[in-house]
Amino acid sequence: MADHLFKVEGLRLSFPDLAAKPLFRPAPRIEVLKGLNFSITAGKVIGIVGESGSGKSTLGRALVRLLEPDSGTILFDGADISHASPSDLAGHRRHLQMIFQDPMSSLNPRQKVGTIISGPVRFHHLAGNPADAAAEALERVGLPADILNRYPHQISGGQRQRVGIARAIALSPRFILADEIVSGLDVSSQAQIITLLEKLVADLQLTLAFISHDLSVVRRLCDRIIVMHAGQIVEEADAADLFSNPQHDYTRNLLAAIPLPEIDDQWLSAS
Amino acid sequence: MTEAFLSIENLSARVAAIGTPILRSVSLKVIPGETHGLVGESGAGKSMIGKAIMGLLPRAIEITEGEIWLEGRNLLDMKRGERRRIIGAQTAIIPQDPLTALNPSRRIGPQMTDRLTHILGWAERKAQVRALGLLEEVHIRDPKRVMHSYPHELSGGMRQRVLIAAAFAAEPKLIVADEPTTALDVTVQKQILRLIAELKAHHETSLLFVTHDMGVVAKICQRVSVLFSGRIVEQNEAASIFSNPGHAYTKSLIQATPRYDRPDESLLPVDPAILEALDREIATHDRQQGTADG
Repeated sequence: MADHLFKVEGLRLSFPDLAAKPLFRPAPRIEVLKGLNFSITAGKVIGIVGESGSGKSTLGRALVRLLEPDSGTILFDGADISHASPSDLAGHRRHLQMIFQDPMSSLNPRQKVGTIISGPVRFHHLAGNPADAAAEALERVGLPADILNRYPHQISGGQRQRVGIARAIALSPRFILADEIVSGLDVSSQAQIITLLEKLVADLQLTLAFISHDLSVVRRLCDRIIVMHAGQIVEEADAADLFSNPQHDYTRNLLAAIPLPEIDDQWLSAS
Repeated sequence: MTEAFLSIENLSARVAAIGTPILRSVSLKVIPGETHGLVGESGAGKSMIGKAIMGLLPRAIEITEGEIWLEGRNLLDMKRGERRRIIGAQTAIIPQDPLTALNPSRRIGPQMTDRLTHILGWAERKAQVRALGLLEEVHIRDPKRVMHSYPHELSGGMRQRVLIAAAFAAEPKLIVADEPTTALDVTVQKQILRLIAELKAHHETSLLFVTHDMGVVAKICQRVSVLFSGRIVEQNEAASIFSNPGHAYTKSLIQATPRYDRPDESLLPVDPAILEALDREIATHDRQQGTADG
């Protein structure tokens, strides 16, 4: 019996195309998500992959309700949040957390790391001392306690990304959205962050949606994978099946395009 | 042994104001028709080597030592104007971010023909014909329309194709490609890599390919220099770099790259002991340089 944390049905979302807007009439809409159906099981890591423009980030933002869908339903923990008002969402916000791609622009440069992590804990009035929660979260992501008193610009890129993770897990949320969180990092920091996420997922039973264009990273982290193309889900499968037996041509092309670090003279010419 | 087209000897550079070394006695050769990969993590100085060749180093950085030989002439000995003509005629760069490399307020056509008319003194008409031909060569449909477009009207992959076409326009003998595919999707990346390889073979160009991606290095480079803190820690044929890496740092860069075909293999970040050993090596190098200078 699967316990669905998210259940999404017929999700459609569009943006106004301002470049094509006639002077006195409303802008035509560009449909970005074209009717998506899927669910996310509690305690699992789901990977959302696809090329840029496929709608994967838009899908993520609709899940945490930073965007409101045109139609369709998003059930989070049994509650329909697809058109919930900001005040209705307030109760859910703590459980819908995000980790961002670029920690430099998602951490307030004028706050110390301690304030950055404890701020949301204080905001949501969680039990216990916010400073203690910050220290605990920092320890979980493997950073020394003296980082609490530093500013984001005083720590390295890999450390900043860990602070972003600490801020999200400090709230013990039921769901975390991670949007391209390792693409800006060097291989060495990337390997550390992936290993850390693997550990956190196991320790804290996180439910995580991991958006990435890097299928090698997704293969390591995710239990289930959604492949998106032009606003539609072209394939959804367990990670092991998707890689051993991709059903869709688009998925096969994505796989074939990954350059593995080994010499292969045929790779470039193979389609 | 083929004569090297580009030969960098013992090149050192530093931030002038504070003396922090950026490049530490870097030597490398690129023979005609070869792709040489410069690989390393951010801050290793890999882009700086390309910029030093092109004379595009930021003003704050000074070259303290070394030579850059291009076809038997030392670029660092030349007067500015002479150097500019040689670099403009013999070399070209494919930048990482096509949107910042193109002028947003000018059409694509004149941006492609600038070098041909200004440095090579071609007639406008001839330069335009050449640009059209090249846009066809990089598989752009409707090149006439693209010539009249502004950069924002093209997709990221298209813009990168335009810059590749522009790079090959003057038949340069050396192209510096500075992370040309980092901002692109894997599928577009593969198309662009294939395109660069095709044009390189057709025009018999040498390529200096700057990247942080060991996967890309494995697919397109014949020789590789691995950089750390402005120092080359290993330089070898790509085949031996990947089958039998000579330096522990190279090996750990390869091992830290996740692979979809080996999901259960443990992913090891670079061992701190290796980094400490490298730091010691570099400190020793800096001391020796210091005594040699002093």
